[in-house]
Amino acid sequence: MADTATNVEKKTEGGESRRDFLLLATSAVGAAGVAGAVWPFVDSMNPAADVLALSTTEVDISQIEEGQSITVVWRGKPVFVRYRTAEEIEQAKQDDTAKLIDVQKDEDRVQKTEWLILIGICTHLGCVPLGQKPSDPRGEFGGWFCPCHGSHYDTSGRIRKGPAPRNLDVPPYAFLDDEHVLIG
Amino acid sequence: MRKLIIAAVAALTMSMGTAQASGEYHPDFKEASWSFEGFFGRYDQAQLRRGYQIYSQVCSACHGLRLLSYRNLSDLGFTEDEIKEIAAEKSVRVPHDEVGAELNDDGEFFTREAKPSDRFVSPFPNDAAAIDANGALPPDLSLIAKARIGGPHYVYSFLMGYAEEIPEEVSSQKGFTVNEDKNFNLYYPGYYNSMPSQIYDEMVEYEDGTPMTADQHAKDIVAFLNWAAEPELDERKSLGLKVMLFLLVLTAMLYALKRKIWADVKH
Amino acid sequence: MSSPEWKNPVIKWVDTRLPVFSLMHHSTAGYPSPRNLSYWWNFGSLALTVLIVMVLTGIFLVMNYTPHVDMAFDSVERIMRDVNYGWLIRYVHMNGASMFFIVVYVHIFRGIYYGSYKGPREILWILGVVIMLLMMGTAFMGYVLPWGQMSLWGATVITNLFSAFPIVGDFIVTLLWGGFSVDNPTLNRFFSLHYLLPFVLFAVVGLHLWALHSVKSNNPLGVEIKQPEDAIPFHPYYTIKDLFGMSLFFMFFLFFVFWAPNFFGEPDNYIPANPMVTPAHIVPEWYFLPFYAILRAITFDFLWIIPAKLGGVLAMFASILVWIALPWLDRSKVRSARFRPVYKWFFWVLVADFVFLGYLGKMPAEQPYVIMAQLATLYYFAHFLVVLPLMAKLEKSVELPESIAAAVLKKGDA
Repeated sequence: MADTATNVEKKTEGGESRRDFLLLATSAVGAAGVAGAVWPFVDSMNPAADVLALSTTEVDISQIEEGQSITVVWRGKPVFVRYRTAEEIEQAKQDDTAKLIDVQKDEDRVQKTEWLILIGICTHLGCVPLGQKPSDPRGEFGGWFCPCHGSHYDTSGRIRKGPAPRNLDVPPYAFLDDEHVLIG
Repeated sequence: MRKLIIAAVAALTMSMGTAQASGEYHPDFKEASWSFEGFFGRYDQAQLRRGYQIYSQVCSACHGLRLLSYRNLSDLGFTEDEIKEIAAEKSVRVPHDEVGAELNDDGEFFTREAKPSDRFVSPFPNDAAAIDANGALPPDLSLIAKARIGGPHYVYSFLMGYAEEIPEEVSSQKGFTVNEDKNFNLYYPGYYNSMPSQIYDEMVEYEDGTPMTADQHAKDIVAFLNWAAEPELDERKSLGLKVMLFLLVLTAMLYALKRKIWADVKH
Repeated sequence: MSSPEWKNPVIKWVDTRLPVFSLMHHSTAGYPSPRNLSYWWNFGSLALTVLIVMVLTGIFLVMNYTPHVDMAFDSVERIMRDVNYGWLIRYVHMNGASMFFIVVYVHIFRGIYYGSYKGPREILWILGVVIMLLMMGTAFMGYVLPWGQMSLWGATVITNLFSAFPIVGDFIVTLLWGGFSVDNPTLNRFFSLHYLLPFVLFAVVGLHLWALHSVKSNNPLGVEIKQPEDAIPFHPYYTIKDLFGMSLFFMFFLFFVFWAPNFFGEPDNYIPANPMVTPAHIVPEWYFLPFYAILRAITFDFLWIIPAKLGGVLAMFASILVWIALPWLDRSKVRSARFRPVYKWFFWVLVADFVFLGYLGKMPAEQPYVIMAQLATLYYFAHFLVVLPLMAKLEKSVELPESIAAAVLKKGDA
């Protein structure tokens, strides 16, 4: 630049290298500071404490009669809890050897044979299948029927007919005692 | 001249922070100190628990803490099971995003036991019910320690400020009238409060051997209410110390670099 | 100014098509700045820094804020209690508003002291006044968003100012409210505008910088750059000086965030808004107090035709708009107060008057504060409308140095 002072360009050689080191060190510390300042912003987009508090759902199953189902909400999604009858369990076990789209044994899908717990979202395009209420259609296999594109699920929640690619998902859960299940 | 002005500006801004705009006479706040004040101040967990004990056994009969959730009690050292039990004592209307939120056959909402994730259940279903039961609205206490000039010092002075005798400074004021139906408090704006004095020796039974004096009770409940208003205080101050330490180093380095770069320039 | 020859082929390729690198060069290493700028000149870049901090924190606050009268207060409390680092982001935003005004007030009064508004910097100065007005609007609307008692009543009082205007007053107020009181529609439009205005601010700041780069910085001597020895390149000299100042400033800023986050706030705003109960004392945020005092000082009908209420509103607007006329009110040839022995004193009287007005704005509207506010307001306007024009005629200035370099090098030798 022609229009600034020229006398400032004169630098002693020793000063130059000391300045370079200082510049490098300061830049490194400054960059660390910026990185540290970014984290609170990023972390603020993670689930907040009140959202995390709802990441598990405790369900009281003492009021459910044999053959009945209830729907609970877990992480904003419907979860089906069905107290299966002896016939339904029998049917599910028999079908282990049937022609399955997504092969899985019934015993791998339940912790206690009478309790079937599933995420109630059709694995096709995310509709909620029917079959929870006694008056609902349950499809050709006595489990659930998705009205959107006609997927039929059996009494183990396995896909048997229709466009859905996978069985209904089983959420992580644990029996706290005989009357309470913790989902999540 | 310049220094004088800067000092004057500083003094004015300081006084602006605390200036009581009303002409009413109130004495200075009562002397009290808490562990959470100052640069390195932190909450004393045992004190917060004692304060919670007072809240739950006394205050909660009329005052809510609607912005807190039961899960927040883990800050006070309660275990998950203890919190579950505390929550389960209350019942809540099933929230709109849960199954069962629809009305029952009688057109009423379903209720269930409160869970740790629920907010503190207020003692009255709405303000009208609270006024009906108390004659006046007992304010929600979630933010009381932040929502008054003087913060915890005001709340403490208020709790300890009930007086039998009305001092001369108050009674001699123009327009002051005695109100037999309400309770005289030296610190309350307008002097007369619907709530009678609540603090007395052994108002609750402490389990940790702390003396059960009225003064101690008042300090404990104020500490608890300050936590309710500023639960982030511990985290805030400890992060602050780290950030300041970092900035001190960075500022020193930048200053050194500035000296180096400017070394050859007369300015 | 010539562009540097770029050696890196990629940079060269880009720069011949879109000269971003040349632009960056022109505004840093290629930008000549007076060699004698003091630390008072740090406050411009500080203001830009605070603006960026405000926009960043604001964007992240919006991710968790709900602009509805039933939910706004609780959503802010949820940010404070449940959102990860929400308390930090909100306290930085909240205190950032105060910091912004502290920095900008210093910046403005620095400009007044050193005559930075004088030709050829009139447009630079007027753009600055526009920035100040935009900031005030943005800050006012932002304060409404948490929907506490002060939010509601502050909004009510300030929007009612417009009802003072004859004929159109009520129409304007209803239009601002979108209803018949400050309510949900008001909150929603304020939220919309509070998000929009900072981007308008950015645009005007861009113009402000553009104007600055064409007329160059003023300096403590108020003598223009005349020769190469007077100037040094902005980078690295002022980049490092600005960064050092910034780091110091952040220590000041964050002290409040971490240890006294509600120092500048009003406790009443932690009480949810209640349209049925007015707080005992409605006070605006501290940065509006001087103007608020001027507003309240007009308690009398002016010239028998302007009623007191309108007079107060007009006086308040005039107290800021008078800054626009400043370059033409002060006709003194000398810029810097350093060489104006009389003006220098009046400058400090103005500062004291302004601070005093701020104090009075906080006090209740009763005697003796009203008469004090009237006197302080009188001086405020007299300073600009009477003192400055007179002084340009009467004041004898001290002899100016020949050039920046001459003054600086002489001082260095001594």
